[in-house]
Amino acid sequence: MSNGSLGWRDIKPGAVVTEPGSAAAYKTGDWRSLRPIWDHTRCVKCGMCELFCPEGCVFQNDEGYFEADLSYCKGCGICARECWTGAITMVEEEE
Amino acid sequence: MAKRTPLEVSVAVAEAAKMADVDVVAAYPITPQTHIVETLAEMVANGELNANYIPVESEHSAMSACLGSSATGARTFTSSAGQGLELMHETLYIGPSSRLPMVMSVCNRALSGPLSVWGDHSDAMAVRDTGWIQVFVENGQQAFDHILWAFRVSEDHQVLFPVMVHHDGFHLTHVIEPITLPEQEEVDRFLPKPRYPYALHPDNPVSMGCYAPPFIYSEIKRAQDEAFRSPEVKQSILKAWEDFGNIFGRYYMPVEAYRTEGAKVLLVTMGSFSETAMVAVDNKRDEGKDVGIIRLRLWRPFPYEEVRDLVKDADIVLVLDRCISPGAQAPVYSEIRSCLYQEENRPQVFSFTGGLGGRDIVVDDFEQMIDKGFEMLQNGSEKEFEIIGVRE
Repeated sequence: MSNGSLGWRDIKPGAVVTEPGSAAAYKTGDWRSLRPIWDHTRCVKCGMCELFCPEGCVFQNDEGYFEADLSYCKGCGICARECWTGAITMVEEEE
Repeated sequence: MAKRTPLEVSVAVAEAAKMADVDVVAAYPITPQTHIVETLAEMVANGELNANYIPVESEHSAMSACLGSSATGARTFTSSAGQGLELMHETLYIGPSSRLPMVMSVCNRALSGPLSVWGDHSDAMAVRDTGWIQVFVENGQQAFDHILWAFRVSEDHQVLFPVMVHHDGFHLTHVIEPITLPEQEEVDRFLPKPRYPYALHPDNPVSMGCYAPPFIYSEIKRAQDEAFRSPEVKQSILKAWEDFGNIFGRYYMPVEAYRTEGAKVLLVTMGSFSETAMVAVDNKRDEGKDVGIIRLRLWRPFPYEEVRDLVKDADIVLVLDRCISPGAQAPVYSEIRSCLYQEENRPQVFSFTGGLGGRDIVVDDFEQMIDKGFEMLQNGSEKEFEIIGVRE
């Protein structure tokens, strides 16, 4: 979607979007300035981070630990705030 | 047979919405619009009008409810004025950009401060660029007629833009005039209910009002503007007036001329004051002065061609604004002047501002304006604008 190839004549009346689920094409991860890092020595796999993520981008991997899909993670830090064992820290995104 | 009956203009506007068989009314009462929404609420409560009346908590909510209602394909009506229209302001842009049809009667009122409930066009000019189709009417009959006309235009699949019908607060809303009410059958014939082509429905899901990042915002606004100024919209506007005339016997045009034949001096007016100005023109014509009036009915999209055509033989054009634009030219004047600037034989255009906050402009005042026009014709003028009817 975000290739910017649509001309004004391609816009549907009212600029309605008819393709379901197309918001997924918008990679909100571009906004991020902080990234969540999980410390597996502290993680008890409770899943609070997944529950609280407003973007729905935290998921459980094969080992049962959690990680964020960085294509969508905006770096809001809610997971780190809610993690009661202190397993998540937010680190600066470097260039 | 249509019957002629004395009605308060606000009641006539409500009657028009009722005869248009509106499905949803969401409005918040504000002077001088109150009687319109009160009457509609009463009609719904009494079971005379089968509509959903949403008693919202503010004008901002009124417009938000109307947007949602229109998106489901319901015929939607609202009304506001002055401060209320301003409280609605941010939501006014959504209807045109989302191509949601609806009709709003605006009972023009001066904006605070100082606080005023009386009429002028400052509320209309503040919403000038919201993307609504906008017309001004001059009397109660026109107010009634244009509610029906507005639904016809707004819901036309070639159009799908919301329409504002501006009529002057108090000077129109609170007077009792003889109004010709048509038969319901005639209204139904003029105003079938076309299905809104993009109505929200589970079988055909769409997302409306989506976020537009910089890579697409300009394209969406261009598409909106191209549609708004398209020949299809203009033709729909004209065709609706033509069909209206053929059924109801009253014909309207984007710009209407009065005694302009051979006129060297032309007045340009908008709204109810036009009728007073016509009396002044009659008087001056009796004195042998070649003067006429151009009455602007269609305000957006602006009728450039019609204006150019009607003023092409005039030497002096006197534009009356009922709105002040602090530190700049008055809005109607500015529009008329820029419309004529590229013309080879452009007339001199002079700006009068008056009738602010309910101040009357009487026949004498118009005669004085016309006299000034003829004086300019003789001697030119160093000034470009004047605020009339203000004590020194």
